[in-house]
Amino acid sequence: MLEIRNLHVSIAGKPILKGIDLSLRPGEVHAIMGPNGSGKSTLAQVLAGREGYEISAGSVRYLGRDLLPLPPEERARAGLFLAFQYPLEIPGVANAQLLRTALNGQRRARGEAEIDAFDFLEFVQDKLALLGMDESFLYRAVNEGFSGGEKKRNEILQMAVLAPRLAILDETDSGLDIDALHVVARGVNSLRSNERAILLVTHYQRLLNFIEPDRVHVLAGGRIVRSGGPGLALELEAKGYAWLADAQTVAQTVAEEASP
Amino acid sequence: MSNPDLQQQIEREYRWGFVTDIEQEPFPQGLDEAVIRRISAQKGEPAFLLEWRLKAYRHWLTLREPTWATVTHPPIDYQGIQYYAAPRSGNRPKSLAEVDPQLLATYEKLGIPLQEREALAGIAVDAVFDSVSVATTFKDKLETLGILFCSFSEAVREHPELVRQYLGSVVPYSDNYFACLNAAVFSDGSFVYVPKGVRCPMELSTYFRINASNTGQFERTLVIADVGASVSYLEGCTAPRRDENQLHAAVVELIALKDARIKYSTVQNWYPGDAEGQGGIYNFVTKRGDCRGERAHISWTQVETGSAITWKYPGCILRGDGSVGEFYSVALTHHRQQADTGSKMIHIGRDTRSTIVSKGISAGHGSNAYRGLVKVLAGAEGARNHTRCDSLLMGPDCAAHTYPYIEVKNPSARVEHEASASRIGEDQLFYLRSRGLGEEDAINLIVNGFCKEVFKELPMEFAVEAQKLLAVSLEGAVG
Ligand SMILES: Nc1ncnc2c1ncn2[C@@H]1O[C@H](COP(=O)(O)OP(=O)(O)OP(=O)(O)O)[C@@H](O)[C@H]1O
Ligand SMILES: [Mg+2]
Repeated sequence: MLEIRNLHVSIAGKPILKGIDLSLRPGEVHAIMGPNGSGKSTLAQVLAGREGYEISAGSVRYLGRDLLPLPPEERARAGLFLAFQYPLEIPGVANAQLLRTALNGQRRARGEAEIDAFDFLEFVQDKLALLGMDESFLYRAVNEGFSGGEKKRNEILQMAVLAPRLAILDETDSGLDIDALHVVARGVNSLRSNERAILLVTHYQRLLNFIEPDRVHVLAGGRIVRSGGPGLALELEAKGYAWLADAQTVAQTVAEEASP
Repeated sequence: MSNPDLQQQIEREYRWGFVTDIEQEPFPQGLDEAVIRRISAQKGEPAFLLEWRLKAYRHWLTLREPTWATVTHPPIDYQGIQYYAAPRSGNRPKSLAEVDPQLLATYEKLGIPLQEREALAGIAVDAVFDSVSVATTFKDKLETLGILFCSFSEAVREHPELVRQYLGSVVPYSDNYFACLNAAVFSDGSFVYVPKGVRCPMELSTYFRINASNTGQFERTLVIADVGASVSYLEGCTAPRRDENQLHAAVVELIALKDARIKYSTVQNWYPGDAEGQGGIYNFVTKRGDCRGERAHISWTQVETGSAITWKYPGCILRGDGSVGEFYSVALTHHRQQADTGSKMIHIGRDTRSTIVSKGISAGHGSNAYRGLVKVLAGAEGARNHTRCDSLLMGPDCAAHTYPYIEVKNPSARVEHEASASRIGEDQLFYLRSRGLGEEDAINLIVNGFCKEVFKELPMEFAVEAQKLLAVSLEGAVG
């Protein structure tokens, strides 16, 4: 489903990702962990099509297509979704309006009929119920004045409405209380199927208690320095990153971060 | 932006830019007393009006064009303008059946059918084509309620006493350079009188169309809501695309007596000129409302997307105790368009309240200035004003300015001013695009959100129209 090969990305001449290899098959859930500044969000944003990154080498295939030349909206229409680490506010635009515009845009792109306001309301109410969110969220401006946790839930609501083939969640669990964590887990688990894949970026093992990953990868210094089963996350939780065989790379990253 | 195809290119054109090929009444170019006498004679005006025009003209000769606005343009040759242009169909038609079919077709094409159809039963239209009003719909129906809705010229003939009483009572002929010129040469416009206690049951609207080349349009609109009356009035404007600049210097006066309410909405879409700034309308307009009685309420809503230059400051004189003035504005400048617009709220009565919400959008090389005056006189005990003034910038070459002027002579007054300026961020755009919205849809969504507070003040049909207009005006703004 997703095939990343030797991906090198830099920002303003500074290399951030230094040769990423990663494959996700349909039905799989992978987690990416790693120290702050190691390039996790960079990878997520590059996959979603954010401009301004220099992709100096490598390739990404998604559902058999070359992903990198596609603008973000075409990736979204092809079923790729990114839950942002820092969701944006869109003043004056009701959440419901964005959700419906986005859903209908994607349906149109797939040659499906648009969904009218009434059917949409019914559809979205189900999703709200699933996530334990109040209907008033629909009528508030997108993320405006939302608490940190509410913004994260709102990302999950968007994901639930758009039902992506590949969902990338960038630290959606950060800053959540324990109930909200359950909500996010429920949202993600309800999407799990053998046609979809999920890539979770997280710092915490506790999310993985609720969403069991097939694989766990450690990203450090722009490289995947370790991959393993769910047990790897537990190990990281207990020991931190420094123990890794490739501790040198980690140390090097830390040094690079420190120097201007 | 990814490969704009031909269809998009075509859509990017100003859609209302066509010319109607219609024979005109011949009229000389330039301005002198003889021209003014001739306009007045053409309309069969009473002597008081001619006198007023001449006084205005003599005063105008002593004035100079204002230079304080944040706009630039080459000098206007006032002798190069034709001050009157009328389609040659003899006298104004008595009924819609007599209106030149070509004119009807023109309005049809503009989306303003002049047939009194069921579908449009909620809106009565006065259509002003160049210097004359060519048709007014639903007149008879309104008359049964005592509501007068007709062209200004007709009001002068049929209701001279009302015209005489109210004309120039809010915007005196000496008010400013362009209002003074208008007083001298004004041609036509709309007239509304809503009698005591009557709530006008339909939207009244005037649709202004400049067609003739090399002419100025100088319309004058007068709306009077008598004690306890209420009315909602809309105006729309378009013009053909032409390489030369054309002057539009209108005056609107609103009078709301005790407990009366006037809501005045404008969707201004005069030809803005091309992307390089060639051509377009100079929209130099004076609009003012007078809350003449207690608890009178005047509300201005404007969506200004057209014109090469917009210069207007709709305001309210809050004379009656407890009267309310409101101004809601969206002004968009793209390419080389310039706007200097805002509002004036003059608090005279006790417990008067005013609200100003201004949303400026600049794209391309557009320049957008908010200029507002809030004045609280000594007697305006307990006056309140709240001003919100937001600018949205797109791209590196546009400009936004804010010039708030506040004069408070009463210590109990409370005047608040908030301002913000923001850019449509790459981050916001990426966020929306990552949800599957194309770049232009993403921009439109952000812009509509930005304008929401103003759009919700517009009558429903106009709000939809205004959104579409912004979308068209912003095409190609990013990318
Ligand atoms: N626009 C930018 N300009 C310069 N440097 C950037 C930019 N964006 C990211 N970086 C740098 O790239 C590196 C990777 O950042 P990234 O956000 O991908 O890290 P992360 O792994 O997601 O970290 P965290 O766990 O804190 O979210 C960091 O050193 C960051 O400072
Ligand atoms: Mg991150």
